[in-house]
Amino acid sequence: MKALRNLLDTLHPHFAKGGKLERLYPLYEAADSFLYTPGEVTDGAPHVRDAIDLKRVMITVVIALLPCFFMAMWNTGYQANSALQVTGGSVEGWRGALLDLLGFSANPDSFFDNLLHGAVWFVPIYLVTNIVGGLWEALFSSVRGHEINEGFLVTGSLFPLICPPTLPLWQAALGISFGVVVGKEIFGGTGKNFLNPALTGRAFLFFAYPAQISGNNSVWIAADGVTGATALARAAEGGVAAVVEMTSWFDAFLGLIPGSMGETSTLACLFGAAVLVATGIGSWRIMFSGLLSVVVFSCLLMLIGSDSNPMFALGPQWHLVIGGLAFGLVFMATDPVSGAMTEEGQWLYGLLIGGMAILIRVVNPAFPEGIMLAILFGNVFAPLIDQLVLKFHIKRRLRHVEG
Amino acid sequence: MSSARDVLLDPIFNKNPIGLQILGICSALAVTSKLETVVVMCLAVIFVITGSNFSVSLIRQQIPSSIRIIVQITIIATLVIIVDQFLKAYAFGISKQLSVFVGLIITNCIVLGRAEAFATKNTPGLSLLDGIGNGLGYSVVLLLVGFCRELFGAGKLLGFTILPSTNDGGWYLPNGLMLLPPSAFFIIGLLIWALRSWKTEQIEEEN
Repeated sequence: MKALRNLLDTLHPHFAKGGKLERLYPLYEAADSFLYTPGEVTDGAPHVRDAIDLKRVMITVVIALLPCFFMAMWNTGYQANSALQVTGGSVEGWRGALLDLLGFSANPDSFFDNLLHGAVWFVPIYLVTNIVGGLWEALFSSVRGHEINEGFLVTGSLFPLICPPTLPLWQAALGISFGVVVGKEIFGGTGKNFLNPALTGRAFLFFAYPAQISGNNSVWIAADGVTGATALARAAEGGVAAVVEMTSWFDAFLGLIPGSMGETSTLACLFGAAVLVATGIGSWRIMFSGLLSVVVFSCLLMLIGSDSNPMFALGPQWHLVIGGLAFGLVFMATDPVSGAMTEEGQWLYGLLIGGMAILIRVVNPAFPEGIMLAILFGNVFAPLIDQLVLKFHIKRRLRHVEG
Repeated sequence: MSSARDVLLDPIFNKNPIGLQILGICSALAVTSKLETVVVMCLAVIFVITGSNFSVSLIRQQIPSSIRIIVQITIIATLVIIVDQFLKAYAFGISKQLSVFVGLIITNCIVLGRAEAFATKNTPGLSLLDGIGNGLGYSVVLLLVGFCRELFGAGKLLGFTILPSTNDGGWYLPNGLMLLPPSAFFIIGLLIWALRSWKTEQIEEEN
């Protein structure tokens, strides 16, 4: 360990002001502070001493995501292996060659086969996302001379989790580029983005290449020639009956359904929610009010009922376990930068997102899934909500002062 | 007094009506999905803005200031109707594609803006040049946006295939977002970013 520290110290002059590699200082700084606690400590009187810094916040989010990562790989493999067992096909291309090399047999009952098969789909997307996104991050940091921070680690983890497994890698690269550059960097980087960068990237792909991210139901299962509708798409066509035909509620809760890689398991999201709430990093107000709003709205729509639209009959217990609603509410809506900051504002913001998600899912026939657009919509409104809350506070306090 | 050269050339990059003043955005979103419609639209706007600037400047001493906007709008509307009828007569297909947006040139802020801000205070000759210059400034941005949108959205330029799309057995997968109006917002935003990185004096001061 000492040697590493010494190495970094000997490198320091080259990157410091006046050194040859001055422009690349952000890269050095990122490596240094990733490995060690920063040497500089705030001095001067008015500052809060707290163990939690940006780095720790972001790492906690990544830890909260670990079960989702696991499910992303295992379930992608499980879905693909189950499909292969029915069709009798095999894995094609370089993925097939790699799996053969590792002694893979497409057995959906085998834990390792599922994990391995899922990994050959998930890991490339993860790597591409982080390399391409990281390059953009480094480029902007070097030009602007600010630090590369760990914020990207979260975006780079969230983005692959909300992609379908068969997403072409160049599209993943394009999506994350759009998310990082247009969603974040042009507004000034981490802390100044008003949209969630991962969702911005996904929204870009959603409208640019609809066939590869939701189209004709062939994207959700990573096996050639197999189409598997998501539970939401089935519900839009045949209501609860069509969903039950495909999966039980408990399976959907565990995440054994086709969908975007990381979003299927509500159980994994609940673990994430527990970590985020316990550490105080994710706002429980947003999660809870979003949940409340989903329940109230879907019950309301159930009461109204519809003869032509079977989605009306889908109860809140289903809404919460199918599609990306749970993942979105826990990991996306609670983004501390793009979400509402004030406490009352967070309630409103959560209510807005939950209600909007259900409305898009049920009433809008064009999009079976609504949570992505609902959160982006909420992101746009968050500053306005905060502004209103602050104004209200100021007014109320003025009344006290003026008696 | 600014020189004739500046009046003609400044609006192209230095004082671009879309890039710096952010005017005329609506038509930049609406008609830019194909380069062909963009070219016609640009010609129409250059004609209208030049004609209106010249005419308004000719009678600038006679217009009572209390009703000047009405007079200017009447002149602009007349010119737009001429363009509209001309297109219907000689280019019906394009006229169909542009639909209401030819008529909406009347409400294009650049046209009224130049008439009000420039033509009422300058000689007909200068006003004519200012009209051409602003028309060109508008056209430069529209052409760039139209170029990007048609090329990446359909793989074509002016209807000719440049990037063979997967639907026709080629390799290029068209970007559907480029065919939707919001993409013009992104492209205009990126263009403004590029313009202001090049001409840093256009960056507004932070307040």
